[in-house]
Formats: sequence, C-alpha cells, structure tokens
Amino acid sequence: MAMPQTETVHETATTAAPDIAVSARNVSKNYGPVEALKDLSLEFPRGQLTSLLGPSGCGKTTLLKIIAGLLEPSGGDIQVDGKAVTGPGPDRAFVFQDFALLPWASVIRNVAFGLELRGINKSEREDIASRYIKDVGLAGFEHSFPHELSGGMRQRVGLARALSVDADVLLMDEPFSAVDEQTRRKFQEDLLALVANENKTFIFVTHSIEEAVYVSDQIAILLPRPSRVSDIIRPTGLREKDSTSIRRDPEYLDIVDEIWASLRSYVE
Amino acid sequence: MQLFGIRLPAMSSLIIWGIVWEVFGRLEISFFVPPLSAVVTTLFEVIGSAAFQKALYETAYAFASGVFFAVVIGIPTGIMMGKNRLLDELLLPWVNIFLSAPLTALVPVLMVLFGFGMKSIIITTTLFAIWIIILNARAGVMQINRSLLEMARSFGASPWAAFSKVYFWAALPEILGGVRIGVIRAVKGVIIGQLLISIVGFGALFELYANNFLMEHFWAVLVVLFAMAFTISELLGYLERRVAYYAAKR
Repeated sequence: MAMPQTETVHETATTAAPDIAVSARNVSKNYGPVEALKDLSLEFPRGQLTSLLGPSGCGKTTLLKIIAGLLEPSGGDIQVDGKAVTGPGPDRAFVFQDFALLPWASVIRNVAFGLELRGINKSEREDIASRYIKDVGLAGFEHSFPHELSGGMRQRVGLARALSVDADVLLMDEPFSAVDEQTRRKFQEDLLALVANENKTFIFVTHSIEEAVYVSDQIAILLPRPSRVSDIIRPTGLREKDSTSIRRDPEYLDIVDEIWASLRSYVE
Repeated sequence: MQLFGIRLPAMSSLIIWGIVWEVFGRLEISFFVPPLSAVVTTLFEVIGSAAFQKALYETAYAFASGVFFAVVIGIPTGIMMGKNRLLDELLLPWVNIFLSAPLTALVPVLMVLFGFGMKSIIITTTLFAIWIIILNARAGVMQINRSLLEMARSFGASPWAAFSKVYFWAALPEILGGVRIGVIRAVKGVIIGQLLISIVGFGALFELYANNFLMEHFWAVLVVLFAMAFTISELLGYLERRVAYYAAKR
C-alpha cells in the first residue's frame, strides 16, 4: 500500500511526463534480407493522438500492424499497459485503410461484428452498435449495405465498428486516404472531437503532413532505409484552438514547413 | 434482346430451334428425328408411366447423393487448399488431372472396386462434379481481400468463426459458380454411370427406347432430362446473382 505522500509525488510525475499507454521497445522487422524496421523505440501517451508520419516505405503501417498484433516483430516488443503484445487483443481496435467491411452484411451487423465475434448476444450488441452508428452520423442507414454507401460513409462504419468494442487503443491505418478531400476535412474535425471526448489512445498512420499536424498531440516522423524515428514533434498550442482556425495558426504553418523541410530529401 | 424494335421474351431462340426441329421432323429426313410435336405428345404419355417414375426416382436419388458428396467434400477441400499452401501443392495436380481426364474411362475400374450397384453410380456422379467445385472454392478463397482477414483476426475471430463468418461468405460467389458447373457435370455423370454400370434409371430408359427404335420416347426422356438440368442450373444461377452484388466489392 502506498502512503499518501508517495501518491502525491506519483501524480506530479504523471503530469510532468504523461502516462504511457503503448510503448514500442527496440522493435525490428525483417522481410528476408529487407529491414522494414530497425531497432525502433517509441512511446504513445494515454488519451492522446500520435501520428506516424513518413514517406512511403518507411514502415509506418508495418509498425501499426505489429502494435495490432497482426504481424510479429523480428526483435523487440510492444507493451500495452505494461503487458507485452503476443497477438490481437480486445484492448486494441483497428480501422482499416480500405474499410474492410463485410459486403454481405448490413451496416448494423458490420458495426456489431467485433462484438459478435466476442459472443455478445444479438440484442445487446445491436443496442451498442446503433448507439455508435448514431455517434458517427449514420443514423437511418442501419440496414443499408456497404455497396450502397459512399466511401466516406463506409469509413464511418469502420470507425463505429472499432469504437463499439470499446478498446483503449484505436489503431488507424491511413483511414482517410480513400475518401475525397471534403469528406476528409470533415473526418479530421470529427476526429479532434473524438480524441477530446473519448478517453482513448489513438495511433494514426498518415502520409499527409497537414493531416498529421492538424489532428495530432504528437507526431513521430519516420524515415526509411533503415527505418527509424527521426524526430518527435509535439504541437503545444493547437489543441486549445477552435478546429476551424487551426489551419491559419502560425504554429500549424511553421510545423508543416519544418516537417516538409526534413522530409523533402526523401521524396524521389 | 431487341429485334426490329420489338423486345423479344427471354429464351426466344428456343422457339426458333423448336420450329426448325418440327420442320426437319415433318420432312422425314431421318428416322431418328421425329417431329417435336410428336415428341411432346409422347412426353406426357411417358411421364405418366410407371417405368418413367421408377427411372426418375432412381436417377434423382443417385444424382442428389452424388451432388451432395461432391459439395460436402469439395467445398471444404477447396477452401483448405486455398488457405494451406502445402495441401495446395499436394492436391492441385491431381485436381487438374481429374478435371480434364476422360472419367468415363475410369468407370470400369469403379465397377471392379465398388460393384455394379447404386454405390458405383453415386461415386461416378461425385467424380464428375467434385473437381470443378474444389477448384472454384479454392479460387474463391484465394481472392479474398487480405484486409478482411486481418479485420477478422484483429477483432479476435476464432479459426471457426473466421471460416464460417468470413471465408465462406467471401468465397460464396465463386463457390456457387463451381457448384452450378459441377451440377451440370453431375447430370452427365449419373447418366453415364447408369448406362455403363448397371442399366437402371434414365440410362435404362435410353437403352430400352434406343434399342427398340422408339425415337419419340427416346427424345421425350432426353427433353425431360435437359429441362431438369436446365432448371437446376438456372436455380443456382439465380442464387449466384443474388450474391453477385458484392462479388466485385470484396
């Protein structure tokens, strides 16, 4: 049992260095002779959104899939809440770039699919699912099929599915890259609200500098050959801004420029 | 199809070929081709006969059992081949050989192995149908979108749940296509089995009518058989179209 004083000390410590939800420790991944990731370490603070940003081939999706437990690292390990990851688990939910919806199932069944796999009975899981369908703004489409929806709406289904299993960590693999620009902007605004309202840790892979700066608490810049974290940027003043004025903020513009300056030499 | 601005009903071409048959038959060019009208008249006569109903029962039984085994063994085998590289390497050459092999030549071997009864006929039917069902189920599983499989895994699907809730449904359009072609081949299989192994069912009727030069009867049974094969194929085609809406969007 900790004494009262030690608890106070501990709390000051957490405000200074935020609580870490997920950490990657010396993670390597080889595909035969190709080193996709080499000795990569990175920490993801709880309740915040961390972007993995970098040119294609820098291993950002590989890292995300290792965190998800879908790929096994060749070396090092991932810890979620201090426990090493050995495979997919209920503490993490994945949002896929190409949505990965079941085309033969209605929106509500797709959203409830994670719960269905956990053996939760139909009426209960559909209650939960319809709540999240409303949250992502798809009320009224419960019984539509994915092919009847636009790309943006399909990704909302994918997002609702990931939210409905109530995982602590949300892993998003370029979730907005397959939707049109206007939809993507709306998504980014909604994502800011989501990060503010849900007490979840978001790990977000993107290749868009503007998107990363707009949505992130922390941006990890990954560089290829060999893949490594070259820089970690933490925008300080953007979170308090109104979501519509961030793009005009000097800090936003400076960070975008700074990241572009560091990445441009890696773009062929 | 449209002709001179008039929309033709489906299967209009059958009417044209029916007329050609009728004219050809009336010209009495060949003894083997009686007019269609005579065949149709005989058809109703034949359908009512006890011999026909016994033949129908025997054929339907062998056909249904043969197709049943082809589907129940073929689909899981194909799915496993699509998922497991080793199994695929082991079995694929055999599947391809049997798919194109003249199976009729194997029927005497089956007779030696399994006797002259219903068992051999059912096995022949299964052998005609199963290979294309295996190949299509395999192809269906192999084209499943990888992220759908990752999705199932990441949400914690057990192997059985992944199979029954994702693999099977994602491969269903191809599986149904394979079953449809397999069923058509099974019609061939069951008749060849009945003709070669033991003279029962429709095979016996064909034998009887052909040997006694009852060409109207012969054609009548053939028309009935075609119609049944066509109906089953169309039924499966309908099911296939019902799942086709997502075939392009997996």
